Amino acid sequence: MPEITRDEVAHLADLARIDLSDAELDHLAPQLQVILESVASIQGLAGDDVPATSHPLPLTNVFREDIVTPSLTPEQALSGAPSVEEQRFAVPRILGDEQ
Amino acid sequence: MTTETLVPFDEVLERYDPAMGLEVHVELNTNTKMFCGCPATFGGEPNTQVCPTCLGLPGSMPVVNAKAVESAIRIGLALNGSIAEWCRFARKNYFYPDMPKNFQTSQYDEPIVYDGYLDVEVEGETFRVEIERAHMEEDTGKTTHIGGATGRIHGADYSLVDYNRAGIPLIEIVTRPILGAGEKAPLVAKAYVAALREILLGLGVSDVRMDQGSMRCDVNLSLSPKGSGELGTRTETKNVNSLRSVERAVRFEMSRHAGILDAGEAIFQETRHFHEDTGTTSAGRPKSDADDYRYFPEPDLVPVAPSREWVEELRGTLPEPPAEKRARLQAEWGYSDLEMRDVWAAGAMVLIEETVAAGASAQAARKWWMAELSRAANDRGVELAEVGVTPVQVAEVQKLVDAKTLTDKLARQVFEGLVAGEGTVAEIIDARGLAVVSDDGALGAAVDDAIAAQPAVAEKIRGGNQAAAGALIGAVMKATGGKADAKRVRELILEKLA
Amino acid sequence: MSELIQKSAAELADALAAGETTSVELTQLYLDRIAAVDGEVHAFLHIDAEGALEQAAASDARRANGDALHALDGVPIAVKDVLTTIGLPTTCGSKMLEGWVPPYDATVVKKIKDAGLPILGKTNMDEFAMGSSTEHSAYGPTKNPWKLDRIPGGSGGGSAAAVAAFEAPLALGTDTGGSIRQPGAVTGTVGVKPTYGSVSRYGLVALANSLDQVGPVTRTVLDSALLHELIGGHDPLDSTSTTTPVTGLVDAARAGATGDLKGVKVGVIKELAGEGWAPDVMAKFNESVDLLTKLGADVVEVSTPSFEHAMAAYYLILPAECSSNLAKFDAMRYGLRVTPDGDPSAEDVMKASRDAGFGDEVKRRIILGTYALSSGYYDAYYGQAQKIRTLIIEDFKKAFEQVDVLVSPTSPSTAFKLGAKLDDPLAMYMQDLATIPANLAGTPGISIPAGVSDQDGLPVGVQLLAPVLEDARLYRVGAALEAAIGPVLGLDKLDDRLAAGGAA
Ligand SMILES: [Mg+2]
Ligand SMILES: [Zn+2]
Repeated sequence: MPEITRDEVAHLADLARIDLSDAELDHLAPQLQVILESVASIQGLAGDDVPATSHPLPLTNVFREDIVTPSLTPEQALSGAPSVEEQRFAVPRILGDEQ
Repeated sequence: MTTETLVPFDEVLERYDPAMGLEVHVELNTNTKMFCGCPATFGGEPNTQVCPTCLGLPGSMPVVNAKAVESAIRIGLALNGSIAEWCRFARKNYFYPDMPKNFQTSQYDEPIVYDGYLDVEVEGETFRVEIERAHMEEDTGKTTHIGGATGRIHGADYSLVDYNRAGIPLIEIVTRPILGAGEKAPLVAKAYVAALREILLGLGVSDVRMDQGSMRCDVNLSLSPKGSGELGTRTETKNVNSLRSVERAVRFEMSRHAGILDAGEAIFQETRHFHEDTGTTSAGRPKSDADDYRYFPEPDLVPVAPSREWVEELRGTLPEPPAEKRARLQAEWGYSDLEMRDVWAAGAMVLIEETVAAGASAQAARKWWMAELSRAANDRGVELAEVGVTPVQVAEVQKLVDAKTLTDKLARQVFEGLVAGEGTVAEIIDARGLAVVSDDGALGAAVDDAIAAQPAVAEKIRGGNQAAAGALIGAVMKATGGKADAKRVRELILEKLA
Repeated sequence: MSELIQKSAAELADALAAGETTSVELTQLYLDRIAAVDGEVHAFLHIDAEGALEQAAASDARRANGDALHALDGVPIAVKDVLTTIGLPTTCGSKMLEGWVPPYDATVVKKIKDAGLPILGKTNMDEFAMGSSTEHSAYGPTKNPWKLDRIPGGSGGGSAAAVAAFEAPLALGTDTGGSIRQPGAVTGTVGVKPTYGSVSRYGLVALANSLDQVGPVTRTVLDSALLHELIGGHDPLDSTSTTTPVTGLVDAARAGATGDLKGVKVGVIKELAGEGWAPDVMAKFNESVDLLTKLGADVVEVSTPSFEHAMAAYYLILPAECSSNLAKFDAMRYGLRVTPDGDPSAEDVMKASRDAGFGDEVKRRIILGTYALSSGYYDAYYGQAQKIRTLIIEDFKKAFEQVDVLVSPTSPSTAFKLGAKLDDPLAMYMQDLATIPANLAGTPGISIPAGVSDQDGLPVGVQLLAPVLEDARLYRVGAALEAAIGPVLGLDKLDDRLAAGGAA
C-alpha cells in the first residue's frame, strides 16, 4: 500500500506553492491516503508491451506559419494585474535564483 | 563554508583532470515566438509583444512555430546530429515570476536532435566535442529588480516583469562531458562556443549576440583525480555571456575546485554566477528537491514527427561546413597558414568575409580587423564582432582610403570614432573634420606660404636637392592639420620649384 | 408568455424565422425567468442583461434585413464560467479569479457571437471544473431545479440547471470526466461530450487538457445537434483540434426522430451495472434498453473489462495535468493576491494566495497530481495510468467492432442531497464511473433523460457512446430514444416543484 505521510503532503504543498495550515494538513493527508489507495490498484496492471497514451487522438506535426499576428495592447495585457509599474507587472522581491 | 583557496592553474593540472559540459541556449531569429504569433524581436516597449498564450492567460493554448522546428532541424544537421523521427514537447514545472505559466514548454527525454558532434581546433590540435542533444524550448520574461544597492536580485525591494521575451524560441544545445582536454580545457570550451556561434551565424538562424543574450552559455565543470577516469561533482556556472568569459569561467572554476579538493573537502553541487568584472564565480542555488521538475508530455501539443523528405530537403539548405569554408577562403584571400590561423583565432573570419563581400580587398580587410580593430576590442574587453564597427563600415572606410579621401592615419581616427559610437562614417569624418585636403587650390596656397616662409630651403630644392622638400612638406602638413595627401604636396612643391 | 420559454431552441429558431417573435422579446423573457427563479436555483454567476439585449436587438435588425447569420441567430444562450469572454467576468467558480475579465474570447464563444446568439450570462460550476455537484463553487452551490435540496450534478451544474429551469434554452458546458453528461442526467436535460478535438478548447480554462471537451447542454437532442454543429470544427489556435468537419449531426437527429433504428447494433456495457448502481436508475435504464429493441435496434451485451480501472487512471491523469495547469495562478499577473504580514517575498505571496484562492478539492487534486508526477512515482502512477488509457481505447475498439453504439446509465444514482458527499472525495468521484471512459478514449457521448425515478421522482439519464468522430450516431439513436421516451421535463411540474422546493 502506498503511504503518504503528513510530512510528505507538506513537502508536496511546498512544491506546489500552497501554504497549507496545520489543520489543512491534518485534514488533507488522510483523504489523500484514501484516494491514493484506491488508485494504486492500477500499479503493475499493464506491462511493457502496452504503450502509453498521452493523447486520445494520434495527430502529429501541427504547426503554425511564422507570421506575426496582433498582440494584446499593454492595457489589455496588464488589465488583470494586481500591481503595475512602468508598464510592467510589479511583483514582490524574488528569493530564489532563475533556473 | 568551504575553503576558497585558488590553486594556480598549472598546479591544478598536476593533480586533476577536468571534465566540462557546455549548455548553450540560442534564441532563434524567427519572426514570431515559439508558440504564438507575437513578434520575437528584441527591445520593444514593455509588454507590447504579448498575447494570451505567451502571457499564460487562463484558457490560452500553444501552437508550434514551423520555422522554429525547421531551424532546430537545420542546427541539428549542421552539428552532425540525428533528427528524431518522432519527438514531443514536455512541461518542465517550476515556479518563477518570469515564467507566465510556471512551467516551461520544453523537450525532455525526446529531443528533436541527438548524437551530434563538433570538431574544434585549439593550437593546431583537433578536439571532437560530442553533442548529446539539442532541443526546442521557450524563453522567459525579463525581470528588473528595483531598490536595494546593486540592482541585483538579492536585496531588491521588488521586481518588475516584462513578458516580451517570454516565448521567444530557444534551442538548447547540450554537450556530453568533454574529457581529456587537460590544460587546454578553457580554450576548448571557448573554441567550441566560437565554432558553434560560427555555425549558427552561417545558418542564419540566430543573431547569436552573446552581449544581448541571444546566445547564452552555462558551463558545467568538475575535476577528478588525475588518471582516475571518474567524474567528480560538478558546478554549473550560469549565463556566461562572452567567449572570453567562457574561457575565464572554466579556468576559475578549475582553480577553485582544486582548492576545495586539496583541502579534502567536497564540492557542493550548485549553480554559480559569473562576474565579468573580476572573472570569478559566486554561489548560486543549490541542487535540491526544487529541481524535481515533474516533466510530463505537454497535452496541448501533438508530437513532432519530421518526415525524412523534409529533413533531406533541409540538409540541402545547409551552408558550407566551416572547416571547408575556411580552406576555401584562405585560398581565395591568399593568406598564409599563420595569417589564417590568427584570423580564425581572433574570430575575424566571418567579419573579413563580409568586409570583402562589401567591396574591400582581402588584405585591407585583414589589416583593419587584425590590427586597429582587434586592438580596440582588446582594450574594451569585448569580442571583435562586438567592437562597434561593422564589415560594411570597414569596406566603406577602405573605399575612401583607396580614393585618397582618407589617409590610413585618418582612417584610424574614423575607426576610433566608430568604436566610440560617434555616428556613421560620414558623420565622424564631418564632425572630426577628417577629409583629406585634396583641393589643389587650397593646397597650392599652403605650399606657397611654406616656400615663402623658408626661402633657403626653397633655394636648395631649386638647386636640385629634392630631399630638402621634406621640411616644406612638414610645414604644409602642419598647416593643414595633417589632412593633406603628403604625396600630392610633394608633387606641388617640386612643380613650383622646378 | 411562458409557452415561449418552454419551446426548444429549434422551435424558437423557427419562431424567429417566421417573425412570430423577436430576439429581444425572447431574451427579455429569459432574463425575466432568471430574475424570478435564479435566486433559488443559483445557476448563474454573472448575468449580462444589458449585453444580451444589445446582441438581441442587433440580431433582430439583421433578421429584418434578411441577414440572419445562422439558424440560431437571436436564440439566447448561457455560457459556463470556464470559457473566456471579453468584457464578462470569468471566474471558473474560484475565488482565485474573482473579478477577472479576460481580454479575449474562447473560440466557441466567438463562434456563438458570430452566429448571433445573445449571451445571457455565465453559469456556476465546481471550482476549476473539479467536482460532480457544483458544491465546490466558491460562490455557493447551484441547486437542482427538480428539488432544491439536491445537487444539480457537476462540474457544469450551473449550465444544466439553467436549461432545466428554463432560464436559458441552450448552454455551453465542458466535460472532462462527465461534467456535461452527469449534470444532464440528474437535471433531466440533454448533454453531449463531443469527440475529443472536434470542438476547440482555445479559451477553455484547462482542467485536464487531454480530457477536456466543450459541448452542448440543451433540453432536446435536436437542439444539441444544432449547437454542436455551430461550435464544432477545426481551430488553428488549438493544436489538438481535428480537421474533420463537424457536420451531419442535425440531419442525424432529424432522421433519428422518425423512430426507426432497424439495423442499428447497440451494446449494453456489462461492467457499468450491478453493485453500486441504484435499482431505480437501473429500472429506468432497462426500460430504455427495451425501447431501443422496440425501435428495431439489435441489442447485445458487450464487455469492456478495462473500464474497471478507468477511475483510477482518470484520478491520476487529471490531477497530474491540473496540478501543472493551475500553477499559473500565482498572484503575479492576474487574480487574487494575498500579501502576508511582514516583508513577504514573491514565493510567500504565491503560497499565501494559492492557499486562500483555492478550495479544498482543488488543493487535493493539485497535491495528488504533484505526487503522481514526482520523480520516483511517475512510472508507477502517471505512466501506468497512460497505459490503462491504451487498454481502455482498445476495449472501445473491440466493442465497436461488434456494435454501433454503446449504452449505459449516465450516473449511478439520481441527484443526491447537497452536502451528502462533500467531504468524501471517493464517493463523489464514483458519480463519474460511467462517463470517464469516454474522456480517456476521446470518444463522444450523450446523456438523454430516461424518465424519472419511481423512488424519488428525480430524473435518470441514459448514456450513449459512439466511436471517435462518429458523433452523428449519438444523435440518430439519441433522437429516436428521446421520441420514444417522451417528455421528461415540463415547466408546470417543475414550477410546482420549485415552489415546493424550499420546503423539501
Ligand atoms: Mg532548458
Ligand atoms: Zn504571444
